[in-house]
Amino acid sequence: MGRFLFNSRKRNDGGALGLPEIKNPEREAYFFRRRLTVAGALVALALVGLFVRFFYLQVVQHRHYQTLAETNRIAIVPIVPNRGVIRDRNGLVLAQSYSAYTLEIQPARVKDLEQTIDALAEIVEIQPRDRKRFRKLLDESRNFESLPLRTRLTDVEVARFAVNRYRFPGVEIKARLFRQYPYGEVASHVIGYIGRINDRDLVRIDEWGDRANYKGSDYIGKVGVELSYERELHGTTGVEEVEVDAGGRAVRTLSRIAPASGNDLTLSLDIKLQEVAEAAFGSRRGALVAIDPATGGVLAMVSKPGYDPNLFVDGIDAANWELLNESPDKPLLNRPLRGAYPPGSTIKPFLALSALSSGRRTPAQAISDPGFFQLPGSAHRFRDDKPGGHGTVDMYKSIVASCDTYYYVLASETDIDDTHRFLSQLGFGRKTGIDIEGELPGVLPSREWKRQRFAGKEYRDEHRKWYLGDSISAGIGQGYNTFTPVQLAHAMATIASGGVSYQPHLVQTIRNLGTGALREVAAQPTHTLPLKPEHLAVIRSALVGVGREGTGAVAFAKAAYVSAGKTGTAQVYSLKGEKYVASRIDERLRDHAWYIAYAPADAPRIALAVLVENGGFGAQAAAPIARQVFDYYLVGETKSGPAPAVAVPDTEDQSD
Amino acid sequence: MGQMLAQLWEILSRRIDSFLFGVALTIVGIGLITLFSAADQNLARVSSQLSSLALALALMWIVANIPPQTIARAAVPLYALGVVLLVGVALWGITVNGSRRWLNLGFGRFQPSELMKVALPLMLAWYFQKFEGRINWKDFVLAAALIAVPVYLIKRQPDLGTSLLIAASGFYVLYLAGLSWKVIVGLGAAAVAAGPLVWPQLREYQRERILTFLDPARDPLGAGYHSSQASIALGSGGVVGKGWLNGTQTHLDFLPERHTDFIFAVFGEEFGLIGNAVLLILYLLLIGRGMMITVNASTLFARLIAGAITLMFFTYAFVNMGMVSGILPVVGVPLPLVSYGGTALISLFIGLGILMSVQAHRKLVNN
Repeated sequence: MGRFLFNSRKRNDGGALGLPEIKNPEREAYFFRRRLTVAGALVALALVGLFVRFFYLQVVQHRHYQTLAETNRIAIVPIVPNRGVIRDRNGLVLAQSYSAYTLEIQPARVKDLEQTIDALAEIVEIQPRDRKRFRKLLDESRNFESLPLRTRLTDVEVARFAVNRYRFPGVEIKARLFRQYPYGEVASHVIGYIGRINDRDLVRIDEWGDRANYKGSDYIGKVGVELSYERELHGTTGVEEVEVDAGGRAVRTLSRIAPASGNDLTLSLDIKLQEVAEAAFGSRRGALVAIDPATGGVLAMVSKPGYDPNLFVDGIDAANWELLNESPDKPLLNRPLRGAYPPGSTIKPFLALSALSSGRRTPAQAISDPGFFQLPGSAHRFRDDKPGGHGTVDMYKSIVASCDTYYYVLASETDIDDTHRFLSQLGFGRKTGIDIEGELPGVLPSREWKRQRFAGKEYRDEHRKWYLGDSISAGIGQGYNTFTPVQLAHAMATIASGGVSYQPHLVQTIRNLGTGALREVAAQPTHTLPLKPEHLAVIRSALVGVGREGTGAVAFAKAAYVSAGKTGTAQVYSLKGEKYVASRIDERLRDHAWYIAYAPADAPRIALAVLVENGGFGAQAAAPIARQVFDYYLVGETKSGPAPAVAVPDTEDQSD
Repeated sequence: MGQMLAQLWEILSRRIDSFLFGVALTIVGIGLITLFSAADQNLARVSSQLSSLALALALMWIVANIPPQTIARAAVPLYALGVVLLVGVALWGITVNGSRRWLNLGFGRFQPSELMKVALPLMLAWYFQKFEGRINWKDFVLAAALIAVPVYLIKRQPDLGTSLLIAASGFYVLYLAGLSWKVIVGLGAAAVAAGPLVWPQLREYQRERILTFLDPARDPLGAGYHSSQASIALGSGGVVGKGWLNGTQTHLDFLPERHTDFIFAVFGEEFGLIGNAVLLILYLLLIGRGMMITVNASTLFARLIAGAITLMFFTYAFVNMGMVSGILPVVGVPLPLVSYGGTALISLFIGLGILMSVQAHRKLVNN
């Protein structure tokens, strides 16, 4: 057996130490050389074999292959699928694709680019901005693909180029799909836009394992629904096998696998309502989110100022980009999702509900408000907005008149972690899970949150500790609290639906054009809050009171429906005890105005949150916008233009 | 000053085999020229390859300065590490195009089968040296097991091409260590006989590749596309080629993978039969020099590892050029020192460094 497996060599057991002390070096070397010689001979033979093969291909068959190379070439060309259409709930088109001619250059095949572009400029119109954009694309391009110089050529231009085509090797007219957003700025943050695929997008595509499907695709969703539903909208790329001539131009099609168009999306958004809401803002900055309480479907989502998504489709030019990116008004910021603002008094109904649920307060329990609150043993006065106070205040009045002192007292008696636990059920301090990207969780403070927030080395233990004073500020929605408009709208919708929480969503149905199959993005309740109906009824009746006799009464005077709401004013700038006089303060330091509401009060069909940045009092700036939106949605009444700021008498109603 | 420079030069060049180095750099130069054309004159790829080359040369120099006995000590840890990483790939690897071959290291991906290409022959050479003079059939059985473990792990990724190449590198050590001819012939016969048994085990695309190789006309637009386009590129190049940067197959996008596995088609199209002959001669010189170093090596370990590395150089070159010219099925093997890709370049230059170390340290051991 040993002899068989092992080439017979004299065995030598080495030294006593088991060291490989050799044996028969000459014999060893002889055997090894023989082995190597055999291997060397095989190597030489193989290389000669390769040479023979090369000779056969390159000399004997040269003519045959030369013919193949010159005349009969088969190119595999991807066919980009039609991107899905985005519509609003009533079928109005929000984003669509259309086909147009572009003039494209393959830089690798053009000797002198500058000269070629100059010559092309004599045939078709080429603006300096086209040149600039082309240069930018050239810098960013991968593998020297074909790049568009001019888009949307007219028929005359196409014909003129066709006649002159022979003069421009490497320049082609191609039919490409373009994306168009008919409503321009309206709902731009919701719909988003597409843009050219960059390296970061490629990483994303690789993660999906979808590289092949994006062959030939130049565009990908960058923001909004276009981004988050990219894989639904894109579709499946088709393949065409074409014969091309020596210049690389297609001569005829050999076979074709048709592309499958992307799926169409129907949003829950009502674009007409959206238009009314955006118009109501006028030139003011801010956000509005309106939700259908029965499904969580988003009816309107405003972020003001907006931008025109059509600018981004061909690659935005530097001047426009600078304008958008560097504006102090931040038009690119998606305020409903990424604007985290102190909730101010809008937090009060939720805190009242928490106090009822925990049994800490009954509806009738009242305090006597002297106009301020003092912690025992402290000289600091937490002021109420109404000098002299609101008198005797029970829970109903605390919401209707927005009495701060009531909530200072409540906060001083409530553990912050209990408040945190209750309010997080309403969705504060965490993402609502809305189906577009970029949402911020905001802050719903707790002891644990503060420890984590100030965990850094630059902070000391006393920074990490939770103080009663922190609770007091948090008790009127200031302090560490920051909520996003979508969170407040969602919480209001939860109150409106009797405590059932639906995940807010924009896309309602997804339609597959090929099969005609319709997929509903189901309105599944995420959870139901354990609320007693009588507690909820107290809060809801107080919210109705706000619109009827409280801080929202002026804005909702003579409304054709009963609404429920709450005003709020979020401090941007601490006055350190001085009286707040809007006209004396720089505009960007003025308070943010909130209004959260739902209507009709008995059977709510819409819940919303309105924020007007630096708008001053909620009652003054935000409530009229909510009124205009409700008027349109519930009554069909259209008031074009911005909602008027309501004059608020400088008395009781000035407290938010 | 001059003296210092002379000293520095002495330190840098002492262990470097100038013949081997010269031939290797010439091949790399040809590769860069071809890469420039294959990348449509985009310098980015060339400079990226150049930076890999700088790292590869530094590693080559370091390895060349380590005596073979010291290299032998790294054999067991490297092999063990390789196996552990391959198991890691099987458990947590990244899947790309249906194959699980990579580990995510946070800063980049790593393909452990690359490490195995060097680690397996090192391990086997170390083993045979350790038991030199007392080797019997049991050692060959154990060696076969040492080969089988990584080969199996790589085959199930699945990466049939690489697993076969690694099996080959192990086989070369066994062959040079004196595996009986009867066994070799027997194994060959068994392999042919096992064909029908292995066939159903192969994946659909692997079968498709073999069928297409046997009959390229079977599917000229699908699996045979790479192969037939590469043949057209080579054949239309003729005796003198179409000239640098003028390959139509290359520049009209007909050649797939033209920076990497199919770069030889670009070269053959643009430089013709004459260019191919020059490249073959360069590889022959490289392999010949490797064999000379092998013959002169002083220890069994040095002989075995030098011989295996030399034969692997040949194998890569042969398999790649055979694949491009249509006499071997399409497997993912880069053309050594020519194809674009940093990892391959680095492992090849480490291999050259080992050869140089064997050559430079032979006298020391003899004394």
